[in-house]
Amino acid sequence: MIKRKIEELFFKVLMILATIIVTGSFFLIVGTIFSKGVPYMNLDMITKIPGGGFYIGKEGGVLNAIIGSLYIAGGATILGLIISIPVAIYINMYIDGKKFKSNLIRLAFDVLFGIPSIVYGAFGFLIMVYFGIRASLLGGIIAVTLLVIPILVRTLDEVIRTVPGELRDAALSLGATRWEAAKVILRQIRPGIFTAILLSFGRGIGDVASVLFTAGFSDNIPTSLHEPAATLPLAIFFQLGSPVEEVQGRAYASALILTIVVLIITVLAELLIKKFSKHKI
Amino acid sequence: MTNTPHISVQDFNVYIENQHILKNININIPNKSVTSIIGPSGCGKTTLLKSFNRLLDNTANVKIDGKVLVDGENIYDPNVEVTHIRKKMGLLSQRPYPLPMSIYDNVAYGPRIHGIRNKSELDELVELQLKATGLWNEVKDRLNASATRLSIGQQQRLCLARGLAVEPEIILGDESTSALDPVSTHIIEDLFINLKQKYTIVLVTHILRQARRVSDYIIFVYMGKIIEFGPTEEVLLNPKEELTREYVKGFIS
Repeated sequence: MIKRKIEELFFKVLMILATIIVTGSFFLIVGTIFSKGVPYMNLDMITKIPGGGFYIGKEGGVLNAIIGSLYIAGGATILGLIISIPVAIYINMYIDGKKFKSNLIRLAFDVLFGIPSIVYGAFGFLIMVYFGIRASLLGGIIAVTLLVIPILVRTLDEVIRTVPGELRDAALSLGATRWEAAKVILRQIRPGIFTAILLSFGRGIGDVASVLFTAGFSDNIPTSLHEPAATLPLAIFFQLGSPVEEVQGRAYASALILTIVVLIITVLAELLIKKFSKHKI
Repeated sequence: MTNTPHISVQDFNVYIENQHILKNININIPNKSVTSIIGPSGCGKTTLLKSFNRLLDNTANVKIDGKVLVDGENIYDPNVEVTHIRKKMGLLSQRPYPLPMSIYDNVAYGPRIHGIRNKSELDELVELQLKATGLWNEVKDRLNASATRLSIGQQQRLCLARGLAVEPEIILGDESTSALDPVSTHIIEDLFINLKQKYTIVLVTHILRQARRVSDYIIFVYMGKIIEFGPTEEVLLNPKEELTREYVKGFIS
C-alpha cells in the first residue's frame, strides 16, 4: 500500500513540476518582452514607417514590417488553404478505399512538415530565379505558402478524420455525389478550418528563414506584389543587431507587436470556432 | 411467397482485406414488406445491407462479385450511376447522424441535390415528411434550429424523414434503434410497420423481439452465409435449420 501511495505522489509532483516549468517559461518570455518592450513602445512604432536614421536611433516605426508580415502570412494562408482543402478532401473522400495511396500522401506531408523553413526559403528562391521574380512580396508569399501547406493539409486531414464516416455515408445514401458529401463534411469541420488557419498564420507570421531571401526588406510599405516587403521577425533581427540601445529596445517593442498580432488572430479564430460549432454532433 | 422480389441478390460474394465476408448469397427480398436480417455480431449482416446501396464501395480493399438486382437492374453494372441507385434507398444508421445544418435543411437536403429549388415545393415536402415521421408537431416552430438540438430519438426520426424526402422505394435500417430509448424505439418500429404500405423495408437487427414485432420475413445469416429465409413466425418458431434453432432458442425459451 505504501509503495502505491509513494508512486502516486511521485508522479503527481513530477506532473506539477513539469507544468510549472512550462507555464513559468511562458510567463517569463511574455514578461521579458513586455518589460523590455513597453518603455520603447509608442504610437510612432505602429503608425510610422522607418524614417531616415531609424536604425541609429532616430524617429520612425515598424509599420512597414507589420503590414508586410500581415500581407505575407495572410496571403500565404489564403493561398495555402486553396491548395490544402482539395488535397485533404481528396485523401479522405476519393481515395480512402485505397489505404496505400492515401497513406503514401500522408507520409509525404509528414516529411514536408518536418523540413526546416530555411529549405523552403531556398526552394522558394530557386522558383523565383527560375521565373525571374526579384525578392518581393510575391516571393515571400510563395515561400511561406510552401511552408504552411503541410501544416494546413495535416491539420485539415486530422480534423476530417474525426468526422464519423456515417455522416459521409448519410449524405451519400441520399444520392449525393462525393463532392456534395465533401461539402457537408466541410460544413461540419468549419471550426477545424479556423484552427488550421490559426496554426498556419501563426507559423507564417513568425518565420524568418523562409522570407530571408525571398521577401527582401524595405522601409516602405509594399504597394504591389513585385515590391520587396519587410517582415516583423526580420525587423526584430536587424534592430537587435544594432549597437544603439534605443534601437535594441525597439526590437523588443517590435516583438511585443508581433506577439499582440498573434494574440489578436488567436482570439479572433477562437471566436469564429465557437460561432461555427453550433451544428457539431 | 406470392410477392414479386424487389431486391434480388444472385451469386453474391464479398471479400474485405482478403477475408471472405459474404459467401455465395442468393436471396429475393419481397416487395412492400419488412424483411429483417438477423444473426450474431460479425456474421455479415451489415455488409449485406450496405451492398444494397453500394456504400460497400467505399470500404478499404473490398472485392465484390455477383449481382444485386433492384427492379431488375443490376446495381453493380459498371454503367449504372451510383447516385441514381442510392436515391432509390433511404438508409437509417445505428445512431442518427443529422447533417450539420438546420432541421429544415436536413430534410430539404436530398430534394435540393436532386434539383428541386422551388421554395414552396420544398416547404411542402419538408412538412409532408416531418408529418410522416410524426415530428412535425414537435419541431414546426423551430425548423431553422440546428438539428443537433433535437433529442436522439427525434434526430433518428429526422434522419428517416430526410431519407423519405428523396422519395426512395426501399428503406434500409442498420440496427436503427440500438442507440434509442424504449419509447423512441417503439415510435420507430411503428413507423416501419406503417411505411411498409409504400416501401420495401430491410432491417438489420440484434433484437429478435423487434424482428418478430415488425417484420414479415426473416433472413438468418451465419458466418457470411444465409442459413434460412422465410416468414417471420416460421423462422422464429419453427426453424428448419439446426443453426437457426440454436440462435433463436434464447428468444423462445
